[in-house]
Amino acid sequence: MTLRLQTSGSLRNRLAITLIGGAAILALLIFFAIRNYATQVALQGQDNILGASVTSILDAASIQNGDVEIDIPYASFSMLSTPFDDRIFYAIYQDDRFLSGYPDLPVATISDGEREFHSVSHQGEVVRVITASRTLIGSGKRTRIHVALAQTQDALSSTLDQISRTAALFGACFFALAAILSFWATSTTIGQLKNLTNSITKRGPQDLRPFEKPVPSEMAPLVTSLNSLMERLDHSLSQSEDFIAEAAHRVRTPLATVRSYAEATLQRVEKEENRQAVRSMMRAIDESSRAAGQLLDHAMITFRADHLERQDVDLVELVHELVVRMTPIADMKDLELCLQSEDKVSYSGDPVLIQNAVRNLIDNAMKYSPNDGKVDISVSSAPELQICVCDSGKGFPIEELNTLAARFKRGQNAEGTIGSGLGLTIAMDVARAHGGDLHLSNQAKGGACVLLSL
Amino acid sequence: MKFLLVEDNQELAHAISSRMHLDGHVVEHAATLADATAFVETGEYDLILLDIMLPDGDGRTFLKAHRASDLDTPVIVLTARSQISDRIGSLDLGADDYVTKPFDHAELEARCRAVLRRKAGKSRTNITSGGIEFDPVAGSMAVRGQSVTLRNRELRLLELLINAPGQVFSKQKLSDRLFSYDDDASENAIEVYIGRLRKHLEPSDLKITTLRGLGYRLDNDA
Amino acid sequence: MRFIIAIALWIIPVALFAQEWEDRRLFNAQGTALRLRIISSTDTSLFAPVVESFVSQYPDISVEYLVIGTADINEIFRANPEAFDLVISSAMDLQLKATNDGLARPVPDLPHPAWAQWRHSLFAFTSEPAAIVINRDAFAGHVIPKTRQELIEAMRARPEFFNGRVGTYDVRESGLGYLFATQDARASDTYWRLMEVMGALDVQLYCCSGDMIEELADGTLAVAYNVLGSYATARIELKDTIEIILPSDFPTTMMRTAMVSVDAPHPEQASTFIHHLIALQSGPDANILPLPPLNSKLNDVKRATITLEPALMTFLDALKRRRFLAEWEDSVIQEQP
Repeated sequence: MTLRLQTSGSLRNRLAITLIGGAAILALLIFFAIRNYATQVALQGQDNILGASVTSILDAASIQNGDVEIDIPYASFSMLSTPFDDRIFYAIYQDDRFLSGYPDLPVATISDGEREFHSVSHQGEVVRVITASRTLIGSGKRTRIHVALAQTQDALSSTLDQISRTAALFGACFFALAAILSFWATSTTIGQLKNLTNSITKRGPQDLRPFEKPVPSEMAPLVTSLNSLMERLDHSLSQSEDFIAEAAHRVRTPLATVRSYAEATLQRVEKEENRQAVRSMMRAIDESSRAAGQLLDHAMITFRADHLERQDVDLVELVHELVVRMTPIADMKDLELCLQSEDKVSYSGDPVLIQNAVRNLIDNAMKYSPNDGKVDISVSSAPELQICVCDSGKGFPIEELNTLAARFKRGQNAEGTIGSGLGLTIAMDVARAHGGDLHLSNQAKGGACVLLSL
Repeated sequence: MKFLLVEDNQELAHAISSRMHLDGHVVEHAATLADATAFVETGEYDLILLDIMLPDGDGRTFLKAHRASDLDTPVIVLTARSQISDRIGSLDLGADDYVTKPFDHAELEARCRAVLRRKAGKSRTNITSGGIEFDPVAGSMAVRGQSVTLRNRELRLLELLINAPGQVFSKQKLSDRLFSYDDDASENAIEVYIGRLRKHLEPSDLKITTLRGLGYRLDNDA
Repeated sequence: MRFIIAIALWIIPVALFAQEWEDRRLFNAQGTALRLRIISSTDTSLFAPVVESFVSQYPDISVEYLVIGTADINEIFRANPEAFDLVISSAMDLQLKATNDGLARPVPDLPHPAWAQWRHSLFAFTSEPAAIVINRDAFAGHVIPKTRQELIEAMRARPEFFNGRVGTYDVRESGLGYLFATQDARASDTYWRLMEVMGALDVQLYCCSGDMIEELADGTLAVAYNVLGSYATARIELKDTIEIILPSDFPTTMMRTAMVSVDAPHPEQASTFIHHLIALQSGPDANILPLPPLNSKLNDVKRATITLEPALMTFLDALKRRRFLAEWEDSVIQEQP
């Protein structure tokens, strides 16, 4: 049984989100950075041209015969021509007196030699205005020329839009590339983890060897811990196995001694009540040793069933071997073991567990059969894979048919016979571990039948 | 039969030995692997009873060595370990059978009998007496040349009686030997088996005499 | 607001009545749905085919076509932009400034080369060169000048002959004349020399190309400078009497432009008229129409064509204009001895 692990978040998701989130933020930053920079350059561009134009106008100012003459070069306005046919406005002032141009164009007050840029709304559109001034000296007087030159920003807007689009494109491309890169990086990294997981999962349940394939340095501490855990587990398991073996030995050897002596004593004792006493002793010894044996068996079986390792076996051969081994005991009680089967029944399962289960069933059958009885064992593959053990005893009490296999339960019939109730339980556990089941029934001609289906 | 018992627990060894003696077998006892090896080198045995957990090593090492040495004395392993793991270990290594402690002597006896029967192809231990030929190992009997099929208990009953001719066996004694202490055998069961054996022996010179209140005795009327 | 417009619209016909127009014609009087008012500097005879083609396609629209000089167009239009739907003029500079000053209404979805339109509001539809037109008889037996310099020499050679018989635009009164003059002056100093020479020969000044052509035809003028070549060519019957010379030193070509008034009473239909005009002038039948279409194929022509750009406003600057006119008067109007 495996505990369902609680998952909190996903490494892959976290990694992917972090990388992609970072990429998104970077993409946004790139977008804004490019846009801002390019906008600055574009704005600067317009301002530069306005500056050049106003310079050419101011340069063309002179005093002729006491009058200010401004011979605006053709190029001054020509250079302000844009692909979007931006409108231009200008105003020329001499010492606050309007000379020519557009009288309603706002002129900023500035000191000589300075130039000022600002953006205003003029005739319903936003215009960029440069104001510059120059002092002319002539005929003994000084006069100050102010020139304001303005241009709409249609071309600029268009340029800015294009810049935004281009910057957005850059940002998007960067983001897309970064996202792809993130996915790839995440996949490869998680892939490493997956590889490790696969390697471990592919191992059989008994495989506690240390994990030796090379892993990335970041995973090394994890794998090292895993290996040391497996080592401790292996050690602990073998210690348990050793402990069980040791316990078995220590319990059973003295029991064997006691039993042998009891048996010998029984031979020599004649008085009936003494005989009864000795018999009780022997019964007690047999029960305890049987109990110990079955408990140990059951523990081992549970462990093996949890980590079922299947092999290809021939069920007929398996059961036959078992019957051969048990025949001497059967002979002792003048019981006949009769095996009926097809030639070969192939199955993929744990031979040790199956043999153990069937042995328990035959054991039970022999216990409950009267002398000179017969135990029928059959192995067949139809209608399903099954091994059937039937005795010629009293049969199961009807009301207990379903509950008998519960651990430690002994039926009413079992009064007077030795044996803990684990026999059926063991058989049922083995059946269930293989995906099958145990079925108890009474034969019409008398006797109990246990069907082990796989 | 001559047995070698390799067991370090003295009390258990004594118990087994004495029980075997009762059956008429000779048992030699080695408490260590070293002793066992020495015994095997010098003596010949019909069967070796081998304990797995010995003070100077694992019995299986002895088993491996024994098998490698070309001796084909059958070995029955006595083990206190879990049956599952030892099945693989012992039988694969060459043991003929195994018995887990604590064991029923009757089971040990039965298994010995079975193992010996399997190996008895070469030497036949026949007891001929009063017109019958009886092979206790093979478990077969021929009366006046006619082979007769005996049930197991009948066989053992005959073996008991024929090994001690003239001795009186009480019903109780016979019951003890033939049935497990636990069997619900009434005294009548013995009568039944005696009756069956009598029938089988009719053509021969051997007769089973009932001594009222005392028991039974096998006599050769020849 | 509507109230004011209504009153204005009511007053306008009265105002218009009072104006003295060079020509005034009503096309398709039956078109009762609405009336488009066009103010133009193009002679009616030269523009009539366009209007007729339009009204034949839109029979429910009538067109009132008013002709007056380019300078007057500028003045009248600026005073009452709501009085007219369309303004068609050969004075590119005045038209561009009017557009710059927000008096033109954009016409959307009209594909037109970028160099032939400004702000999708001002559309050029002809390419018309400025020419030297001579009376053939006056130059019989003499070398026909091909450049301005040659003209100067020709005039200097026979000053008595040419005295009082040379003519050009009065740039103070004609917008087109001012445009041609300023573009020439920009191009080369030869212009000023030519003006001085002509001024010394008691040059006759005219408002329009039509008048110059008439006086050339009847021999009053021997040579006229900066005449609209297209007008002269249109007078087929005079082709033996006069000769049109396109100066080869720096040919000056203007583009006639049309715009929809920002306050046009019928802006949609006015737009439609512009679409129609452009389609006609750019279409395969353009050669049938009297006015030469836009010509972009010859690189020479394109280069010499006056560029439709804000720089056209340079010479409209008060100071600059004052200066130019002062210089021009100095050269052209000389005290006769």
